[in-house]
Amino acid sequence: MTAEAVVAAYVFVLAIFVGFEVISKVPSTLHTPLMSGANAIHGIVIVGAMLVASAIPGPLGVVLGFLAVVLGTANVVGGFVVTDRMLAMFKQKPRGQAPSNPRKA
Amino acid sequence: MAVEQLIPVAYLIAAVTFVLGLKGLSSPTTAVQGNRIAAAGMLVAVVATFFAREVQGGIPVILGGIAVGGVAGFYGARVVKMTAMPQMVALFNGAGGGAAALVAFLEFARSFQGYPVELGPTIATFLGLIIGAVSFSGSAIAFGKLQGVITPRAFRYPGQQAVTGLLVLAMVLLAAAILLSGRTGVFAVAPGTFLVAIAIVALVFGVALVMPIGGADMPVVISLLNAYTGLAVAMAGFTLSNQLLIVAGTLVGASGTILTRLMSKAMNRSLANVLFGAFGAATTAGATAAAGGDDGRSIRSISAEDAAILLGYAQNVIVVPGYGLAVAQAQHNVRELADVLESKGINVRYAIHPVAGRMPGHMNVLLAEANVPYEKLFDMEQINPEFPRADVALVIGANDVTNPAARSNPGSPIYGMPILDVDKAQNVIVIKRSMKPGFAGIDNDLYLDPKTAMLFGDAKEAVGKVVAELKKAA
Repeated sequence: MTAEAVVAAYVFVLAIFVGFEVISKVPSTLHTPLMSGANAIHGIVIVGAMLVASAIPGPLGVVLGFLAVVLGTANVVGGFVVTDRMLAMFKQKPRGQAPSNPRKA
Repeated sequence: MAVEQLIPVAYLIAAVTFVLGLKGLSSPTTAVQGNRIAAAGMLVAVVATFFAREVQGGIPVILGGIAVGGVAGFYGARVVKMTAMPQMVALFNGAGGGAAALVAFLEFARSFQGYPVELGPTIATFLGLIIGAVSFSGSAIAFGKLQGVITPRAFRYPGQQAVTGLLVLAMVLLAAAILLSGRTGVFAVAPGTFLVAIAIVALVFGVALVMPIGGADMPVVISLLNAYTGLAVAMAGFTLSNQLLIVAGTLVGASGTILTRLMSKAMNRSLANVLFGAFGAATTAGATAAAGGDDGRSIRSISAEDAAILLGYAQNVIVVPGYGLAVAQAQHNVRELADVLESKGINVRYAIHPVAGRMPGHMNVLLAEANVPYEKLFDMEQINPEFPRADVALVIGANDVTNPAARSNPGSPIYGMPILDVDKAQNVIVIKRSMKPGFAGIDNDLYLDPKTAMLFGDAKEAVGKVVAELKKAA
């Protein structure tokens, strides 16, 4: 194994433990937002997509690179916005209001 | 050059924000903040990446892709209805999986131009490609099932296990073929062709994995695919030697695994049972057993007026919301009903089963959308001892989570699943469209209980009628 691969393996193993530790304390009411938030975080693949966007020359490389960036961005932006919308529902709103305005985004 | 050296620092900051973000999401008071911290970290990482040398050749392509993907993601996330949240998460998850597969593919194509094939990164590349592609097609099927584009029923066919096994074997053989010929440098077929073949087989495998699973289990599947995508991203990180991708992907892989286990546990089924499960097969056995045990008890149906009277004279009411409430978008009407009852001095509480709605916490989100105060929502463990003291338990569009067979009938496929003890309330009103069984496909003994009254109809309409009757009486 190269030194780089060893470091990567360390990072991988330690991240597993961090993931378990951080997440095992979440109340069940927040599971759906958590899943959505985690979904947004793996959108970090957008960085990988940027790095390989011009990896192979020619039209096929451009098309695939473009597609990778589109999908990665949709994952990031959609994930964070959906999570934010879900969490906005948990905020305390002034009581006594008639639910006449339900379709607020 | 100096700026490029700062990129790893930016990545480190981003990795820290992701950990803090996930930690923030663990409490209702810090969740919003947590999500935004992670989003800010993502922005830092993306901006920093623009200074990387590899990126310089493709800036226009990247900017174009960000514009298109950003608009699509933002628009989709803003317009989706709260009830459609699970399939939206599936869709974004699939996008991430597809991106990871493409990254693996492109990186392999690049590293192959004149470089020798190294074992470690190549295996990581294959895994990234395969897992990403499986997540992509699997999420698409999950989306289709929840959206109703594809039949939500479990699609089974003879020889299913054999087909799944063959697909796995095909992927392993193809990967081995590339590795071997790459090591010797002799290629019978162009390596790109092999790679495309692997991707296609992986896509088919994703479809084959999710199609046999019923709609009720989709949340578990989405959660699992979420973890898969995380893993695929981590693999892409290995391929690119990018620590940030490894950290973020692994964090999600770990979290998704825990969440998946929690969800299947709430349904009292192992993950293996969900994936290869005999739920469909057990259904018929359970149904016949229930039919055999039918001792002439019958179903009692009541009108909205009767329901209003029953509720109007109660002191303690516990509302049990289920998926039927969510699809009928009845959460606002239920809130109105609770307001009317509370104005009469009646104590109204909500009993939330861990898997009410479509995912853990989904029902809380829906009720919060209708301004139901957080402190009125009770978890199963908190509310179950309260049912004997409740005058009326109002079940709206929930079925399997109230089935007493889970407690009493070891032959039932849902035996052992934790349920809400609705049958212990003094009176039970069940609002339901028809006598159709729930997602588990089994009959519910609760409906045959003498103290249970059925109010048939769409949840929204039925609740609306009850509210109108209550207001008339007042």
